Amino acid sequence: MGDAAENLDMGEETQIRPFTMNFGPQHPAAHGVLRLVLEMEGEIIERADPHIGLLHRGTEKLIEYKTYVQAVPYFDRLDYVAPMNQEHAFALATEKLLGITPPKRAQYIRVLFCEIGRVLNHIMNITTFALDVGAITPALWGFEEREKGMEFYERVSGARLHANYIRPGGVHQDMPDGLTDDILEWCDGLPNFLGDIDNLLTNNRIFKQRTVDIGVASAEEAMDWGFTGPMLRGSNVAWDLRKSQPYDVYEEMDFDIPVGKTGDCYARYLVRMAEMYESIKIMRQCIEKIPEGLIKVDDYKVSPPPRAEMKTSMEALIHHFKLYTEGYHVPAGETYTAVEAPKGEFGVYLVSDGSNRPYRCHIRAPGFPHLQALEFLSKGHQLADTVSNIGSLDIVFGEIDR
Amino acid sequence: MPDKKNGEPGDAIKDLAEFIVEKLGEVSQGFEFIQDELIINVKPEGVCKTLQFLRDNKECGCQVLIDICGVDYPERPERFEVVYQLLSMRQNHRVRVKVAVAENVLVPTATGIFSAAGWYEREVWDMYGVMFEGNPDLRRILTDYGFEGHPQRKDFPLTGYVELRYDEELKRVVYEPVQLSQDFRSFDYLSPWEGMTDIQLPGDEKGTKPEFGWKDSKAS
Repeated sequence: MGDAAENLDMGEETQIRPFTMNFGPQHPAAHGVLRLVLEMEGEIIERADPHIGLLHRGTEKLIEYKTYVQAVPYFDRLDYVAPMNQEHAFALATEKLLGITPPKRAQYIRVLFCEIGRVLNHIMNITTFALDVGAITPALWGFEEREKGMEFYERVSGARLHANYIRPGGVHQDMPDGLTDDILEWCDGLPNFLGDIDNLLTNNRIFKQRTVDIGVASAEEAMDWGFTGPMLRGSNVAWDLRKSQPYDVYEEMDFDIPVGKTGDCYARYLVRMAEMYESIKIMRQCIEKIPEGLIKVDDYKVSPPPRAEMKTSMEALIHHFKLYTEGYHVPAGETYTAVEAPKGEFGVYLVSDGSNRPYRCHIRAPGFPHLQALEFLSKGHQLADTVSNIGSLDIVFGEIDR
Repeated sequence: MPDKKNGEPGDAIKDLAEFIVEKLGEVSQGFEFIQDELIINVKPEGVCKTLQFLRDNKECGCQVLIDICGVDYPERPERFEVVYQLLSMRQNHRVRVKVAVAENVLVPTATGIFSAAGWYEREVWDMYGVMFEGNPDLRRILTDYGFEGHPQRKDFPLTGYVELRYDEELKRVVYEPVQLSQDFRSFDYLSPWEGMTDIQLPGDEKGTKPEFGWKDSKAS
C-alpha cells in the first residue's frame, strides 16, 4: 500500500494492486486463534489462506503416552463447546476393541448428554454467528440458556465443561436424583427460547442479507470437500450417522434429519435451528425410556468397583489400584469409530498393540476439512462475507489444532 | 451395514472387498478385516488409481474422503503407514486404504481426486515427514513457523527439543532448549501380573485365559 501515490499518477484508470491482509489471530470474529491471510482485489477475496496450529497441544502424541482412562479428559479439550460428544467417540472405539457393550442405562445416559451437548453447541454457534454479523441480543439470551445446560453437566460429573464423564465401559457415575425432572423442565422451556431466537433472526432483514447466498456449496462440492454434519445437511444431503450407522441407543430414538435446500450460510443456520428441536425430542424419549440398572460394565477389570466396596473388600481395592495406575490392556487391533458430533463426523482411529496405552490415536475433527474449504467458500465474496462464512462453519480451535 | 454387535463383517462387504481387489489388479496387496472394518492394502504408486476407482465405481461409491492419517512403525522396513478413510453415503459403508511407505518415498497426492485431501496430506507431512508428490501446497500445518522435525514419529521425544517464552528484556519471544525440572517418567507396565498379555510365562498354559486382554504369544 506504500505506493498509493505512485498509483495516483496513472490517471483515471487507477490500478489497485491486490493487497494482502492479515485477519487474526486475535480477532473477535475469528472464533479463537485463526490467522487468516487474505489476498484481496479491492473488497473481493482472491485467496484465503488459514494458518492454523496456534492452539496445537499435541493431543495425539500425549495420548500415546497415557493409559486409556487417562486419555479421556483430552477429548473434553478438543471441542470444548460440546465435550461429551468427543468422549463418546473414544469410549465407543475403546469398547469396540475391548469387545464390551455398556449396560442399557449407561447408553441412555450417554445419548441424553450427547444431545444436551448438541443443544449447547448449536446455541453457541448460532448466537456467536449472529454476533459476528451484527446481532448482539441472541448472544446475551443464548448464554443464559447455555449455562442451564452446563449445570446439568456439572450435576452429573462435577465439571461444567471438562466432564470426563463418558468412559470406556459406561459412564462414571449414575445421575443424581431429580436430574431427569430438571432436564425435562429445561426441555419444556427450550422451544420458547428457540422461538425467541427464531423471531430475532430467521426473518431478520439484516441477518438474511448477510447470510443468504453466501458461501454456497452444492451437494457434490460438499462431499468433495469432506463436509459432514450440518455443513453437509445444509447442502441437501440427508446424512446423519445417528440414523445411518446408529450407535448406543440411537436406533430406538424417533427423530428426523433436517436438511437445507440451498447450501448457503442461511441454510446451515436453519439446519442447526431445526436440529435443536430434534434434540429436544431425543432427550424427552431418553428420559421416558431410561431403564434402571448398572451404569458401567460389571467387570472390575475395566470399570472400577464402587467406593463403598473398596472400604471392605481387599479385592476391590486391588482392582481400583491397578486400574488407576496400570490401566487395562486392550487387545491388539485397530478401529475407526465415528459419532455424529454437533459439528459433524468426529472419528477416532485407534490402533492398539495389546498394551495399556494406545499405539496410535488419530482424531478426525469435523472442523478441519470445513475450515479447509474456507477459501473455496469465500472466493469472490467480500471481506465481510468471510466473517459470515467463518461463523457458519462452526469452528472451534480446540478440535482443529488438536 | 455390518452388524457391529458380533464384530463379524457382513457378506456384502466381503463381496465388495473381493471385487475391489480383483479390479485393482497389481497395485493392490490384498484386503483384510480387522473387527468388521474393511482394509485394502495398496502399493504407494497405486494410491491414485485406488482412490479414483473407489470414488467412481458404482458399487463402491466412496464419494467422501473422511480422513488421511499416518502411523509410525519404526521396526518395519517400510516405516510409515498412510491410512485413508473413505465413506460411501449411498451404500453406507466405510473402506480403509492403507499404504506402507519407507522414509523418503514419495506418495502420489490425492488432491486431484478429493479436494479435501490437501490439508490432510499437509498434516501427515508435518507430523510424520511423508512427502506427497504433486500436492501444490505441502507446507507445515499444525506446528510452529520454522519448526524442525516431525513430532508424531515414535523417535521424537514427547517433550520436544525447544521451549519458548517471552523475554522481558529482549521484548520478544525466545526459543531455548527444553529443561525439565523433573525427569520425564515413562513407566513400563509389562509386569508379570495378569495385565501382561504377550509373554507366556512358565505355568501359564495351566491357567485359564482371561476373556479379553489376552494375546497369543505367537501372534506378536
